[in-house]
Parts: sequence; structure tokens; C-alpha cells
Amino acid sequence: MLGLNRKDSGLFLLVICLTALAPFLLNPFPEGSELAQFNAGYPDLMQRFMIFGIFAIGFNILFGLTGYLSFGHAAFLGVGSYAGVWMMKLLTVNVVPAIIMSVIVAGLFSLVVGFISLRRSGIYFSILTLAFAQMSFALAYSVLTPITNGETGLQLSLNDPRILGISQTVDGSIPAANFFGIEMRDSLELAMGGWLFTFNAGYYLAAIVMLISFYIAIRIFRSPFGMMLRAVKSNQQRMSYTGLNTRPYALTAFVISGMYAGLAGGLMVAMDPLAGAERMYWTASGEVVLMTILGGAGTLLGPIIGASAIKYFENIFSKINDTVLHGWFSFMPDGLQDFVVAIIHPFIGKGWHLTLGLMFMLVVIFLPGGLMEGINRLRIWFGKRINGRQQAPDHAPATSS
Amino acid sequence: MSILEVNNVNKNFGGLKALNNVNLQVEAGTVHAIIGPNGAGKSTLLNCFVGRLEPDTGSVTFDGESLLGIKPFQINQLGVSRVFQTPEIFGALTLIENVMIPAFAKRDGAFHMEPWRSVGSEAGLHEQAMEMLSDVGLDAKADELAGQLSRGDKRRLELAMCLVQDPKLLLLDEPTAGMSRGDTNNTIDLMKRIAQRGVTMVVIEHDMHVVFSLAEKISVLAQGTVIVEDVPEKIKGDPRVQDAYLGGAHL
Repeated sequence: MLGLNRKDSGLFLLVICLTALAPFLLNPFPEGSELAQFNAGYPDLMQRFMIFGIFAIGFNILFGLTGYLSFGHAAFLGVGSYAGVWMMKLLTVNVVPAIIMSVIVAGLFSLVVGFISLRRSGIYFSILTLAFAQMSFALAYSVLTPITNGETGLQLSLNDPRILGISQTVDGSIPAANFFGIEMRDSLELAMGGWLFTFNAGYYLAAIVMLISFYIAIRIFRSPFGMMLRAVKSNQQRMSYTGLNTRPYALTAFVISGMYAGLAGGLMVAMDPLAGAERMYWTASGEVVLMTILGGAGTLLGPIIGASAIKYFENIFSKINDTVLHGWFSFMPDGLQDFVVAIIHPFIGKGWHLTLGLMFMLVVIFLPGGLMEGINRLRIWFGKRINGRQQAPDHAPATSS
Repeated sequence: MSILEVNNVNKNFGGLKALNNVNLQVEAGTVHAIIGPNGAGKSTLLNCFVGRLEPDTGSVTFDGESLLGIKPFQINQLGVSRVFQTPEIFGALTLIENVMIPAFAKRDGAFHMEPWRSVGSEAGLHEQAMEMLSDVGLDAKADELAGQLSRGDKRRLELAMCLVQDPKLLLLDEPTAGMSRGDTNNTIDLMKRIAQRGVTMVVIEHDMHVVFSLAEKISVLAQGTVIVEDVPEKIKGDPRVQDAYLGGAHL
């Protein structure tokens, strides 16, 4: 299918189905039930899954394939966001020019940063990218305020020119971001029994863009070019004595991942036309590293899984507070109930970082290949159990998908 | 006709004269061995051919083009491949990928980007790489990771990676070091087959058995200078060579 081999086609189809049916799959608990707070099927969070999925897929092309660990990729996401909002201020609130411009501007910026940073490798490369991102962050808050609107953040206003669209609607409000007339915030709600499913236009746009990005990533992984990128990670010395110029390979991977980050930034402003400098802060760069490693660097599906896992934790675990816990453990006698809640307390609400940190440690120690390694191990284990009855268990090859 | 010409090459490391006015002519289609005691400057000389080191003075010309001042990948693109003393392979990639990468480099040049093309559709190149692997006896392991091979196998893989490029000049830095007798003999046979195809080879080697069964010409390097250059039969009995190797054994 689409020039993919059978295994990759299967994987791609699976991802298409999962994203298309996400509003159902992520809302397994009926509305109003105790467990409804674990539902992730609301537009804002589903959009985040897709957007950060794109960010991590792109980051994985650099880090997973070439092994260059960038600590500054949030800068490209931030730059993409600003470019997107500017398009919506100057041209039109149609999201297409905004998204395209985000990718272009982030690509150009990553070309400059990559050209300089790739003169070094290893930790020095990481530090250079970190320095660039922090510089961008600081500039956005200070001298570049005319472009970035400083601490307030860049947003749409009633007197923007919008030469291809309208400055304000008939009733005097800011026009809503749309895709050729379909507003991003438009949602279709479907009530079935106790369940409520939301199909959001913005989510489906983000999902389609994510699927295209994922498809491109598969093609890159399977191309001779992708093989060269893995060679960069494995042995640069051998590469150059084999007649290959390593620098442009690494730089191209860097720019591609920068464009993916810009695309994510563009989609963010398409969903919510607002760009702030905090998107470029180093913790944001660190987050995409965590996503990629948690899911499995160098695998196709890993970054999407990692991004979704972290965004789920951030949005769901942080909502659980002591009151909710008391509700859960109300069947216990008072003293015991307080004790149990006190023990769980540091791991929930504002403490969700602690849970995430522990999970990350467990994954890195026991599953160095990330959650994807866990999934593959399970598959092999189940495969053995099924095959074991029919034939002698054969040695499963270590494949990554 | 000499394919590789080295004229008056000097290289100093601080106060140490590693190469002192080295002159060398390698005839096209021959196997030329460079021998000499430890520290004679053999590896330094080889490094000057592939762009790893730049001589202080002198010239290195390959096929009429200077090899000085250009990058290792450019030298390879001219048709010079090198096998290292410690095998340099892509450990995290499979054997077949290891051999396909040099083949791509030969066909598509130093940088090539067509991300829409898939490796799976490169049947011709895949077949070529498989043939090369079976030539060195590694075809059964084509889908294994190269990093898991034994040292001898890694060396043979590296040789296959160089040969798939069909080089005009093949440089080998101690190709049998650390190999068992059996592996060494296999490697000698392999190299004889390569030589029959007309590939010019420059071999650095300590094992005299290897040198005398392969080389058509031998240069003896001692303290950075070529002291003798001759055919193997004459080298064996040359007193200067024995002196260089045994030092002052007769004192």
C-alpha cells in the first residue's frame, strides 16, 4: 500500500484506525461515572496527542536515526507558532497558510542552528542546541517583543489587517480559525446511552496532518537515505572512509526534524491562535526527549506512544486531587482513609511529575528500548505461547516496528 | 604504470620524525606490501593516503590526482578503499546493510537524498551485496547485526564492504592480525582471488607468511624511511632487512 511493504502497511492502517476512532477509544467510561475523569476523549487533549505526536515523530528522525540528541527543539516549535500567528494576523484566519509558513520558518531557522551546532557532536552538540533555544527564549521576552509581544504572548486582535480575509466579523469579534470555512472549534457530539463522544474538526485536521507526517517518517525510515542516517549513528568514521559525506546527512535530518517541530507549532496556533515564549523554554525541549525515549527512540510508533502517554499523565493525573481520592477510599474507616490518601497524595495532582519520573525510570532501567520494547516483548511472549503448542518455539528475531 | 606515487613525504609529530623522505611507487594491478618493525611509520604512511593525516611536505598522487588537502570521503570517491587495523563497521546495522551502504555510496555519490525510494526496491544492489557476502563466506549471517560478529568475521565483512565498491586501490592495515591460522589462510585465499581481479593492493602486515604468499613487491620501512624496495625473493636474504627487524641481535 502506498509503496509500503506489508508490515509497514499494517502498522500504518492500525494507526489510521486508532486515530479515526480515538473519540470512541479514549472515552471508555460513561459520562458522570466515577471513572469518567480518566476519559481522554475531549478535543483539547486529543489535539495535543496528535500535535505532540508530530513533534516527537520529527524529533525521532534526528535522535532515533542519527543519534544526535538535540536539547533545543522547542525553539523550532516556538518559532513555528509565532510564524503561524503572524500569518493569521496578516493574511487570513484560514489555517493552511499559517501551517505552511510555520514549517518554512522553522525549517530555515533549524538550517542555521543545525549548520552551527553540527560542527560538534555528543554532549557539545546538545549544549549548543540548548544554548540556541534558551537564547531564542530570552530574545522573545526582550528585544524581540515587537514580534513576539513579550510576556503577554502573540495573539489575534480586532485591528489586524488580514488582507486575504476579514479583520473582524459582522458582530465585531475576532474571526475563528478555520479550514476553508470549517471552524477548528466545531464539534459534533454524539450521545449513546451514558456515553458522550465528541468529534472535533480541529482534532481531525490534526489527525490527518499527523498521519501524513507518520507516513513520510515511514518512507524516510525505509529509504536508503534513512539507512545512511542510521549509519551516522553507528559509525561516522567508517562512513567517511566509505565515500559518504556525513555532515549533510546529519544536517538534513536536523532540518527535517525542525520542520516537523514547526508543523507542530503551526497546528498548535491553528487550534488556539496564541503563541508564547514559554513554548521555547528548555523544559519543553526536554519533554520531547522524554516522549521519544519513553516510547522508544528509533522505532516508528514509539514517539507517538510516548507523546500520548506523557500528555495523558499531564492532563489526567494532574486533575486528581485529595477530594477525589477521599471519594475513592470512602469505604475505609476514617483513620485508614486519611493515611492512604496521605501516601498517594505526592503522586497525584501537582505531583504528577513524580509519577511520570518514576515511570520514566522504570522504563529506562527495565525497557531500554522504551514502551515499544515492552510491546514487542509481549508480542513475542504471546507468539511463543501460541506457537509453543504446535511446534518448538523458534527464536524470534529482534525486529523494530 | 604506477597508480600510487609517493614523493619525499615527511611527517613530524612534535620532535619525532615519523616519516622521513618516503618515496614509494605502487604499480597498477599488483600487490605491494609494506613491512617494518613496530613504530617504523607504516600506519602513519597509510593514514597519509586516505586523508586521515596530512604530510608536512611531499606529495601523494593517485591516478594522476593529488590526495592531499581533500577529505577522506573524496579520496574514497576517487576509488581508494581502506580496511582498518581494528575493523570499522556499522555495528548497529545488519550485515547486508553494511555492504549495501558502500554500494550506495559508489552508485549515488557522497550525498544523495531520495527519501521516497525504498531500500526494498533496490533488488540489483541487494543481489550485488549478497554476492559479496557469499564471497567472504558471510551470506548465512546477512540479517544479523554486524556488532555481534567475531573479530575475524568483522574483518571479512569490512573487506566485503570495500570490495563491493570495486576499488581501484585497496589499502589493508594488518588484515590478518589476531586471526587464527585457519582464518589467516582463508583470508590469504580471499586476497589472492581479489588480486586476480586486477585490484591494486597495498598491504601492511607483520605476518611474513602472509606477505610472502601475496606480495609481488615489498617495501621495508624502518624509522620512517624506506630502506629497501624489492621483489620478495631478494628481500628475504637482504642483510639490511634482518638488521632492521632484529636490531642489534648480532651484537
